[in-house]
Amino acid sequence: MAEVLDLSRFVERSDNGNAHMTLAVEGVGCAGCIRRIETGLKKLPGVIDARLNFTQHRLAVDWRDTEIDAAKIIETLKTLGYGAYPFAPERVEVDESRRAKWLLKCLAVAGFAAMNVMLLSISVWSGNASDMTQETRDLFHWLSALVALPAAAYAGQPFFQSAWGALRARQLNMDVPITVGVVLALGLSVYETATHAVHAYFDSAIMLLFFLLCGRYLDQAMRRKTRQFAGNLASFKAEFAHRFDADAKLTRVPVSALQRGDRILVRPGETVPADGVIVNGFSEIDQSLITGETVPRAVDAGTIVYAGSINCSGALTIEVAAAGTGTLVDEVERLLAKATEAKSRTVRLADRAARLYAPVVHATAALTAIGWLMAGASLHDAIVTAVAVLIITCPCAIALAIPAVQVVASGRLFRSGVILNSGDAIERLAEVDTVVFDKTGTLTLPDGLVDDRAVDPDLLERAARLALSSHHPLATALARCVRESVPYPAAIEEPGRGVRAFIDREEARLGSAVFCGLANKAMPAPADEGEASTICFAHAGRCAQIPVRQRLRSDAAAVVHALAACSLDLIVVSGDRLEAVRPVAARLGIRQWRAELTPAEKIAAIESLTSRGRRVLMIGDGLNDAPALAAASVSLSPITAAHLTQARADALFLGDRLEPVLSAILVSRRAKALMRQNLALAIVYNALAVPIAVVGLVTPLIAAAAMSGSSILVTLNALRARVGRAPILPRDATSPPVKAHDPAVEETDRVDAGRVVPRSAAAGHDCVEHNILAHETLEVAR
Amino acid sequence: MNVLIYLVPMALLLGLTGLIGFMWTLKSGQYDDLDGAAVRILPDDDIEN
Repeated sequence: MAEVLDLSRFVERSDNGNAHMTLAVEGVGCAGCIRRIETGLKKLPGVIDARLNFTQHRLAVDWRDTEIDAAKIIETLKTLGYGAYPFAPERVEVDESRRAKWLLKCLAVAGFAAMNVMLLSISVWSGNASDMTQETRDLFHWLSALVALPAAAYAGQPFFQSAWGALRARQLNMDVPITVGVVLALGLSVYETATHAVHAYFDSAIMLLFFLLCGRYLDQAMRRKTRQFAGNLASFKAEFAHRFDADAKLTRVPVSALQRGDRILVRPGETVPADGVIVNGFSEIDQSLITGETVPRAVDAGTIVYAGSINCSGALTIEVAAAGTGTLVDEVERLLAKATEAKSRTVRLADRAARLYAPVVHATAALTAIGWLMAGASLHDAIVTAVAVLIITCPCAIALAIPAVQVVASGRLFRSGVILNSGDAIERLAEVDTVVFDKTGTLTLPDGLVDDRAVDPDLLERAARLALSSHHPLATALARCVRESVPYPAAIEEPGRGVRAFIDREEARLGSAVFCGLANKAMPAPADEGEASTICFAHAGRCAQIPVRQRLRSDAAAVVHALAACSLDLIVVSGDRLEAVRPVAARLGIRQWRAELTPAEKIAAIESLTSRGRRVLMIGDGLNDAPALAAASVSLSPITAAHLTQARADALFLGDRLEPVLSAILVSRRAKALMRQNLALAIVYNALAVPIAVVGLVTPLIAAAAMSGSSILVTLNALRARVGRAPILPRDATSPPVKAHDPAVEETDRVDAGRVVPRSAAAGHDCVEHNILAHETLEVAR
Repeated sequence: MNVLIYLVPMALLLGLTGLIGFMWTLKSGQYDDLDGAAVRILPDDDIEN
């Protein structure tokens, strides 16, 4: 029965009846890809247009529904060698890109006005020094007003709105002095122009807005870039479910389209897409993503299963109880809400500075005006001086000091494979003194590795080819070491037992020991294989027991060593069994470890550290880690982590290596140092400039120039975050020679649509191998 | 100084044209795919052999 793929949720209809869909495309890397994809699709009958956005790795396709369907388009892309996943932008991303566009418009208007007003101003200054008549000067001032007033009204909106929001909440933020300064400078200038004065300050106000908008836009651009990337990743991981339709036919639907009461089929090796009750079938499920426990649990009709569990052996029919918001996920969410609330109490450095700074600025300006009035100056002179103080103390440098470093440092992190979810994560990463690791999927890789040393290569190849026909996680791991990727014809999978086929007219079986008829044969267990999962293969009288084990990330030991050298305390906190955790900790040289913890106990462990004044970095990937991630002062997740966990982590890291963790900490420390330097620079600048302004030696224009100068200085200093040294890991002398084509390494970050990465391919057993692969350069998806 | 009467409006008009031009490029999505524009010039499949 051919299964129908239903993508209607992602397809939009235009008025003329044509269909449109956006796809996130995986594997795009060069100019050739653009042409291959676009011409390849346009050749299809019915496709009207295909355009690849190379920056975002997203493809927009328009087609006539009558001639071709969405599934065929995705299939074509697959044959071209690109994974494509239907993409529906998240609300946040849409908002962010709308805001970025708005900021850019404001910036353009401010830039236009600044150029023209400066032209007029320079004419006035040179005219003042020579023979300009009063009429001409007034004309120029009025022209400046004509340009500056509407431009400021438009381009100042981001600041005016934010200032008004803060005032309504009875708070002060950075935008309040900016707004007051701009409005005062403009108002005063209009008054000056009307009274035929020599100076007007339209230029100061508009330049101020221009520079501030530059900073805002850069900050926004950084956040938008990570959002886009995260959006693509989310759709790479978007899961599909097999739903029984009314006529008992199967349809592949996106998980987000599932509804309560739907009946779905979960095949062996697949992830349960939604919480529900088993209607029929029996199987073992691996709940390691939820509980961290790697031993599969036997389930049958009537058992409640949770989204994220992996079905190991038999096909299950499940009635969906709640899609997306199941009871267990609810529970995790509740814990999360609590933990997140606690975290938001820690105030960010920038906010702290702003909160201190804003009142000081206003007070200084007000005192200056009052002081000059009391000293007998005219109201006009007093206000001019006060405006100069307001502008010169304008928090530009301070406002830029931190975001500029954040932008540059996050770009640097992006290149080393770390994607930030929140901008202030850098500050928090820099302060970390304790690192808490989860074990499964964090220190170890999510998928298993076949140990081929003990098995005859010829036998292994046959077993691997047979494994291509099975969905079992262990078989998936085994199938990865196949040389000739051709499955045997007529292979039959017996759920829960194994797969069999005829090879050279002799029956071959791959599966459990019983299935292969090896149950009572004493197999010689290879030396240290006690903890590995095994899969058995029997063919033509020969048999083999193939160990599949969880393996450490290739550079785990080196990174752990380097982290310890950075005087960080390292702790392993796992939901897994004691016997599984101990050898990992021992092999990595981590002395503190705890096993068999529930999510609540993980939180408790982290909270007890926090209460002792520790700043904890939590690194974890499972659903059971999500609350602990939120409770820690900062958190990291590998990209293979569960959805909910990813959403909670402050940053994600890519690839098979643990090294990005080290880079994250080192780059952040450097960035933090630069932030402090920048703040210091800004403060020194103010300490020098403010007294001069207060005394009345500075006109608003010079103030604006000085302010810009300090901003540029701060920005240049921030650029130094780019050039930090990359962390150098000591090569392990015992590491085996590089395998140029280690399939396990190539599989990095490949995530299939219908199947979440078999996180725990060696489900059920844990054996860890100290398997240091050579240090390949981490290819970061751009 | 009478020359200013038409020079200044002209200068402003030119500036405004630039601004409007930028707004148009923004609206027509020319900044949506900056990296793409850089690599799209490489293939020369528009040249008829």
